Amino acid sequence: MTPDKPCIEIHDLTVAYNRRPVLWDVDTTLPSASLIAIVGPNGAGKSTLLKSMMGLLPVASGYVEFWGEPLRSVRHRVGYMPQRESVDWDFPASVFDVVLMGRYGKLGLFKRPRAADRDAAMECIRSVGLEDFANRQISRLSGGQQQRVFLARALAQDADVYLMDEPFAGVDAATESTILSVLKQMRESGKTIVVVHHDLHAVAEHFDWTVLLNMHLVASGETASVMTAANLQKAYGGRLHLLTEVTQLVQQHERSIRKG
Amino acid sequence: MDGTAWILLTGSLVAICCALCGTFLVLKGMTMVGDAISHAVLPGIAVAFLLTGSRSMSVMLIGAGAVGLLASFLIETMHRRARVQQDASIGITFTWLFALGVLLISVFSSNIDLDQDCVLYGEIAYVPLDMLDAGGKLIPRAVVMMTVVLGVITVVFASGWKELTLTTFDPALAAGLGIAPMLWHYVLMSCISMTTVAAFESVGAIIVVALFTAPPAAAYLLTASLGRMTALACVFGIVCAVAGYWIALWIDGSIAGAMAVVAGAEVAAALVISRIRAKRVAMVAERGAEQRVLLE
Repeated sequence: MTPDKPCIEIHDLTVAYNRRPVLWDVDTTLPSASLIAIVGPNGAGKSTLLKSMMGLLPVASGYVEFWGEPLRSVRHRVGYMPQRESVDWDFPASVFDVVLMGRYGKLGLFKRPRAADRDAAMECIRSVGLEDFANRQISRLSGGQQQRVFLARALAQDADVYLMDEPFAGVDAATESTILSVLKQMRESGKTIVVVHHDLHAVAEHFDWTVLLNMHLVASGETASVMTAANLQKAYGGRLHLLTEVTQLVQQHERSIRKG
Repeated sequence: MDGTAWILLTGSLVAICCALCGTFLVLKGMTMVGDAISHAVLPGIAVAFLLTGSRSMSVMLIGAGAVGLLASFLIETMHRRARVQQDASIGITFTWLFALGVLLISVFSSNIDLDQDCVLYGEIAYVPLDMLDAGGKLIPRAVVMMTVVLGVITVVFASGWKELTLTTFDPALAAGLGIAPMLWHYVLMSCISMTTVAAFESVGAIIVVALFTAPPAAAYLLTASLGRMTALACVFGIVCAVAGYWIALWIDGSIAGAMAVVAGAEVAAALVISRIRAKRVAMVAERGAEQRVLLE
């Protein structure tokens, strides 16, 4: 469970939208079999980092490698969960249909899903607790259920590394703990999960590794070593309400370290 | 087969091709791209005719098909590279290409057997007049052409169904899985160009848009499964063709016009049905809640 050998290398990554850089020289390695959080203020480039790791955005310079290889040669070992808002939930599809889409990458061109794929999709639906909703149309789900559908679809990709864009956005407390327990199970079975997250408390409590971002890389390392007042100040700047939150967080953290 | 049967068959073939492509267009929120392509084929037809002097099936298909693809390429490029809004780039592209076609035809109209009316409005009633000899049997040219197009579209959709679905629903995941959304976008656009070109003589380039949009939109209102939506859209398309023909005959009006009016009526009917259904679901839920309260 301790983060050891790196499985993702981000090397001098710079990404620009309309010639305006949104990520500058991000350079870090991420360990395998860990829960990794990407945190930072709004507009820090968290989603941009995830998307460029997934090859969805043109990269101005630098590269990303998984196990020392570019994405295209290990594509099937890398799973992706886009933001919930990125799709039209009025699409005529059931929960099962959407989860089955996770299998499409491994199927290859022109092949139809087989019984094994259907069973795997159903298994993934069960593991996020949506078995009673398998045939429900996706527009008739709550926000939290939709996130769980996306999580189940990511599971169906059966990858070794998962990149997840805000899986906790817009979910209730119950769903949050369901998702967290699924993520922890995945980590126990040796998967690496990279998550864009907003909630610093949750990150401090549950994540092994933290990437702190504000266009530049502020810090990347084991959560306890990254979540320092100085780093958070550097990432979040002088935003007062956040700073108080951050100070509390650091105090809590120090207390827990003293206790431990 | 007599003239009526041929006309109905042609209309139905056009309607099925349109419904298949239109289902994905509606779901992508891009029906206006279909509109743009249907207008943009005009210069393609004009140029193909001017260059070769022939109105043969293959020349028209190639010329207009190429311009149709050019139109979708221009729309995408303007939107992505030049940051023009999607609807603005559609508006610019198709009016420009269409105007080019109008200009070409008007300049060379003295020696061209081609006019805007025929391209834009078509005339399905003339289908039985243009027969091809197929192994001793006379078959209308339009029927042969639409059958070929439907065959191609069916093969493309049957083999690329999951790719088309995924790139329509979630292009980001598709790209992540190595299924190129742009490639499948152009596959769909090619099918639409092909359908439009093949259909313009019979139903006209404008009314083909009604068949791309209305039957799938009506089907979308009535079902929550993509497979059922596609099947329903095909059925609604055929109803348009058949009912439109009889209505036109009855009121002695334009057949293509009547088909498009039926298409509009289908959407209205679907809207009413989906509203009634939603109310009934709400009522059942309410009654269920009341009963639960009573039981407690």
